[in-house]
Amino acid sequence: MVLAIADKAPLIDWHALAPEITLACVAILVLVFDLFLKKSSSWRTSKFAAIGILAALIPVITLAIDGTNRSLFGGAYVVDNFALAFKAFFIIGAYLVVLIGADYIREGDYFQSEFWFLLLVSVLGMSAISSSRDLISIFVALETVTIPTFVMAGWARRNLKSNEAAMKYYLIGVMSSAVMLYGMSFIAGMSGSTLLSDIEQYFSQNDVPALASVAIILTIIGFAFKISAVPFHQWAPDTYEGAPTPVTAFLSVLSKAAGFVGLIILLQFGFLPDSDIWSVVVYAMVVASLVVGNFTALKQTNIVRMLSYSSIAQGGFILLPLTFLGTETLLPRASALESTIIYLSIYLLANIGAFACVIAISKRTRSGDISSYAGLGKRDPFLAICLSIFLFSLAGIPPFAGWFAKFVMFRSALDVGTAPAVILAVIAGVASVVAFVYYANVVKRMWLEEPAAQEEIAEKAASEGGLLIKSRTDVTVAPAVKLAIVLCAIATVVLGVLPGIIAKVGELVTSVS
Amino acid sequence: MDTFEDWALSLAVFLPLVGMVGVLLTPKRAELAQKSIALGSAVLTLIVGVVIVTRFDWSNSATQLGVSKQWIPLINARYDIGVDGIGLPLLLLSMFTTVLVIIYSWDHFPEPHNPKGFLALMLLLAVGMNGTFVSQDLILFFIFFEIVLLPMFFMIGVWGGPNRKYASLKFFLFTLFGSALMLLGFLALFFLSDANTFSITGLTAMAQDGTLNIDKTTALWIFGGLFLGFAIKVPMFPFHTWLPDAHTEAPTQGSVLLAAILLKLGTYGFVKIAMPILPEASQTWAPYIGGLAVIGIIYGSLCCLAQTDVKRLIAFSSVAHMGFVMLGISTRTEFGMNAALFGMVAHGLITGMLFFCAGSIQHRFDTREISRLGGLLTTTPRLGWILGFSAMASLGLPGLAGFWGEFPAVLSAFNPAEGQSVELFRVYMVIAAIGTVLAAGYLLWMFQRVAFGEVKEEFKDKHIHDVHMTEWLAWTPILALIVVLGVYPDILFRYFAAPVSALFGA
Repeated sequence: MVLAIADKAPLIDWHALAPEITLACVAILVLVFDLFLKKSSSWRTSKFAAIGILAALIPVITLAIDGTNRSLFGGAYVVDNFALAFKAFFIIGAYLVVLIGADYIREGDYFQSEFWFLLLVSVLGMSAISSSRDLISIFVALETVTIPTFVMAGWARRNLKSNEAAMKYYLIGVMSSAVMLYGMSFIAGMSGSTLLSDIEQYFSQNDVPALASVAIILTIIGFAFKISAVPFHQWAPDTYEGAPTPVTAFLSVLSKAAGFVGLIILLQFGFLPDSDIWSVVVYAMVVASLVVGNFTALKQTNIVRMLSYSSIAQGGFILLPLTFLGTETLLPRASALESTIIYLSIYLLANIGAFACVIAISKRTRSGDISSYAGLGKRDPFLAICLSIFLFSLAGIPPFAGWFAKFVMFRSALDVGTAPAVILAVIAGVASVVAFVYYANVVKRMWLEEPAAQEEIAEKAASEGGLLIKSRTDVTVAPAVKLAIVLCAIATVVLGVLPGIIAKVGELVTSVS
Repeated sequence: MDTFEDWALSLAVFLPLVGMVGVLLTPKRAELAQKSIALGSAVLTLIVGVVIVTRFDWSNSATQLGVSKQWIPLINARYDIGVDGIGLPLLLLSMFTTVLVIIYSWDHFPEPHNPKGFLALMLLLAVGMNGTFVSQDLILFFIFFEIVLLPMFFMIGVWGGPNRKYASLKFFLFTLFGSALMLLGFLALFFLSDANTFSITGLTAMAQDGTLNIDKTTALWIFGGLFLGFAIKVPMFPFHTWLPDAHTEAPTQGSVLLAAILLKLGTYGFVKIAMPILPEASQTWAPYIGGLAVIGIIYGSLCCLAQTDVKRLIAFSSVAHMGFVMLGISTRTEFGMNAALFGMVAHGLITGMLFFCAGSIQHRFDTREISRLGGLLTTTPRLGWILGFSAMASLGLPGLAGFWGEFPAVLSAFNPAEGQSVELFRVYMVIAAIGTVLAAGYLLWMFQRVAFGEVKEEFKDKHIHDVHMTEWLAWTPILALIVVLGVYPDILFRYFAAPVSALFGA
């Protein structure tokens, strides 16, 4: 009798779950903590959230030092180098988002502790998805990532655009989940298991029914919505523009990356034997994202919209190596995974940095219009230099880290060496030149144009002691935002000169899987 | 001794970077400090360069003073630097020009003044230029090749003429397009052959003993990628359209550096990377390269005849002159290669000098319109004669440096490498020879209109300074070198001889 009970109770490796447990506890504690705070000091919850997120990094580090691969729940949940690298990626990214968002959320008319609660829950989902190796756990983790962000996108309650953003995002999100789930249900039905390792085994048999292709493609399309790959991207620019900017940074980098991680896990650990079916779909999405994302970004006049189209194009780059996951030889496969991880990390730094600058700048100008960036080089050289670094990095100009991201991506394509791969590399090469145009356009405005006349008048009035209107140039950049900008900028430059550091991480990750 | 040899080239590359940081750390108003730091670091770099020359064995064809350290193990890229007889003269030219340009800048800062930013960019540019000439690893080469873009983009965009925004972006986009394909070419070279290395010397050696094992068609495509990257930089017809705009809008200092060094990055890439690593593909491509080169010569010259702006005229003359260099390279003979290399240095000095003159004319007369100028020999005789001297050098007058680049290049086309159509190259030779006549035409005509004749009404009563102190300091070394190289070209040729004959497997 006793034996039977012991048999039923699963053995849980608490250490392996420590990062998620920490995040969950911090999320709840943020809410509880807020109960004891006066309304005027509930901004303190952001500090608590920031510290809590960093605390979750500790178990990740101890797990990495420990180094053993842990497998829980019958293989549905795995902690290996791959999972740990992404956990660290999400946690560091979330910390940066808290830094750039704290001031923003505090100063606007927002609920505060609830915001951080939702953000932490979303990060919890990201951390969990890195370890999931089972259809159900992937789906649940992905929903844990997205559902809080539906609410976060509409956080500016009185702003119609923000409401619209949340609404669109919600509808598309739910629909894409439905599509994905539909596909997954077929796969589970055919293979008789939700475990990816079983599914892989099932697919490697020869007599897979034709329905399998439909199921796989439906699942991938579900993910394509989450990562806003063309042609499933329409929701993204509106949502990104309407949402509060820190939320946009969170969506366009972290929650998008979570989608990528889920897709990588599915393709790598589940669908690999059937790669000839999905690699065509991925190939088409890469080309479409590169072309549509870049050419549409050229026309944008709003910086956030420009960045959101650029992130669609960047998504094409991130997706590119995955096209070649199915290539027979081991080396291209490893290099494809490496490239994705390296690209995501470098993209995270540059994009969050860019959004941090946008937040700092729009606080002054109250405008997201690219033309309002004219003459920023003179008004605020610090922000202008940092934003230039981030934009050049996104464009892939050495000596900033972005060049290496682009490089490893080209490398994975040429490593495969087949004609379609080389053609894809050339398309990506041309696309990256097109991308430079819209990044450079902002840089050009900042450095080559004179500040707008109105701005000058306001500045002059302020310098002459005009007390009537408080000039917006007096608004200082919040220290936390500045910290985020400086951290991202330093990392971008250092990784650009010594990319070996990030390459090492990439190597570690792929050595196991 | 040993430690110096280990550090010399790294110092040559990164001393300007130290200078740049120094300039950036000085307060904005301390202009004198900024200038002194910039000049100091540039002069120190040049001194390092001179010491390198004394330690350099020119009879040895191998790369010397090499350092090879691990850099990005994941992609097999190394921090692999070294210099050979081809790179050394260009490295020195780059150091030398940087010093002179900083001296010239002393009291010639273009609008909007801001010496701090201007000098910092110039030093960053020096890092990129010096680095490109010493890189022995393709990825490192690519990085330095690209680093050059940023400072030049800002130099043109911020300190340039009225149409600067257009020109700076055009410059950047053209080059970026080329270098994106060039990078793909490098990667394809790595993966589609048995190379497994990015080392330039390693790849060259493998190409020579035939162990590179690259598919013939693939090699042609890869060469195409490299060709685009380098040809845009040179620039060869029909990729030259960025050049007149960039040159015309750039501040004088930018134009000088563009002409003297940046264009050489392209030809250097052909000589050092594209040709030796892909010898068979380059053999197939050579007639086309030669053809574009002579079209460039004639087209550039005809455009020069049509220009009304002194600076734009000099810019187009660059297209023509680089055509001679490319013609020399395309013959794939030792003779042609030597001529091309000499032509690169000579063009750097002479056209750089012409741009200095154009800048000083603009500074004094506030115009570069040929029709408004005139009688330069009356108003400012010294400046006029210097312009005349440079024009003579540029048209290839024997006894001056330009001759040794142009004349042998034309001659080399008489006898191209084995496997090339002799008739075709002889036709090229004739066309190029006509180009030399045209060069004499447009340069002399320009000089005549600018320097001879009556002073125009609007400048008659104005007091216009002749060449002053900083200009003399910046220019005398160039003028002297033009004469020295013209009279005794062997000081350069001796450096080229060994590595060039090694390129052809001798």
